Amino acid sequence: MSVAVRVIPCLDVDAGRVVKGVNFENLRDAGDPVELASRYDGEGADEVTFLDVSASSGERETMVDVVRRTADQIFVPLTVGGGVRSADDVDRLLRAGADKVGVNTAAIARPELIAEIAGRFGSQVLVLSVDARRVTGDVTTPSGFEVTTHGGRRGTGIDAVEWAEKSAALGAGEILLNSMDADGTNAGFDLEMLAAVRDRVGVPLIASGGAGTPEHFVEAARAGADAVLAASVFHFGVLTVGQVKDAMRAAGLDVR
Amino acid sequence: MGAPKVVVLDYGFGNVRSAVRALERVGAEAELTADRTAAQEADGLLVPGVGAFAACMEGLRTVRGGEVVDRRLAGGRPVLGICVGMQILFARGVEHGVETEGLGEWAGTVERLDAPVVPHMGWSPVEAPEDSVLFAGVRDERFYFVHSYAAQEFTQGHDDFASKHYTPPRVTWAHHGTPQRGARFVAAVEDGPLSATQFHPEKSGDAGATLLENWVRSLA
Repeated sequence: MSVAVRVIPCLDVDAGRVVKGVNFENLRDAGDPVELASRYDGEGADEVTFLDVSASSGERETMVDVVRRTADQIFVPLTVGGGVRSADDVDRLLRAGADKVGVNTAAIARPELIAEIAGRFGSQVLVLSVDARRVTGDVTTPSGFEVTTHGGRRGTGIDAVEWAEKSAALGAGEILLNSMDADGTNAGFDLEMLAAVRDRVGVPLIASGGAGTPEHFVEAARAGADAVLAASVFHFGVLTVGQVKDAMRAAGLDVR
Repeated sequence: MGAPKVVVLDYGFGNVRSAVRALERVGAEAELTADRTAAQEADGLLVPGVGAFAACMEGLRTVRGGEVVDRRLAGGRPVLGICVGMQILFARGVEHGVETEGLGEWAGTVERLDAPVVPHMGWSPVEAPEDSVLFAGVRDERFYFVHSYAAQEFTQGHDDFASKHYTPPRVTWAHHGTPQRGARFVAAVEDGPLSATQFHPEKSGDAGATLLENWVRSLA
């Protein structure tokens, strides 16, 4: 037996409320993050992730309060991402009770941020979030996948696999690989992209984007994911954490 | 009799808030402080720790944490180290080629895990000895680990003092990696008043709560 494949429900939080939209558009309100996180803990979630999609800094303060209240209620690891731009932002979230912090756009603009955070708090707190898609049109990258920003609306031309590899070398403790093509489709994770990153990166890899059935999670783990993350299928009640784990267990994967 | 008092040593490292909450959950009266008198006199002292070995040792020095631990142990007063709070109890740590002296309560070196995926992040099973107090009722559970370094050997260093009064440390092991490329490492130690876990009981759900409860109960 080895380390279990982690099943991680992700909650998108806007101004203190949980939302999730198809392809990040048309956000829908689905409840209180503290209550939902606690419910997932009870269902056997191995971690819980909050993604803060708030637009303003005032709303980010609301998030710190949400993190504090959640950390008082759940006894599994809590990761918080969204709008993290500096080591001080990380400090604020860790002090509120987050165990890990997700960094995305700010690290693309300034990769040194990864080393700054890892140097101050250790690699284990830093989850580098990569929103990636298959290249289209005139854009080409060596792997065929590129990093995007703005919820997948803007390409950067940066090779997604190379970026994951570079960020791990700079000190990211974990990579959250979110397929912007698969996100919201419920048609399965982008297994080729997962395998391509797994092949080049030696830190834990979290698969995200596209989960629709329990089998999709099994496929992602087999493609090399150490953890599988999903949002809408869990909080609209399409799947439970238990169903996903049953499927993985039946497939011979280690689960908690 | 009231609830056992536990001080969580506040030296700037570790998710101290979680540790305090988890202790309260299992019935302890927990206080987060760096005050030496409080840390010395509490029924139990919890030493948290995340990040780098060298940075944690530096932080401990600023609050004279090593002295507090030594004094408590000299008086048979329980101490629990968690994660890097366990690692610094060994003789030394080697990170990025730099060797840092630890508190030296146990012989041995904390070194990088050699496995296909590092850090070891997630829920792993442990092999606890039958007579373990900490793992009573949760020997078959998984616990939450986050670390890249570990003690991969445990030397029973007290042979010279062996006597009928001496109980050797109980060592719990875990494994990370594949059979081809992996490491067996110390997941927990119970050595008289000094206990430690490489994993995070405060983040290990109900299993972790039971382990902490076992420790808190031993303080009474």
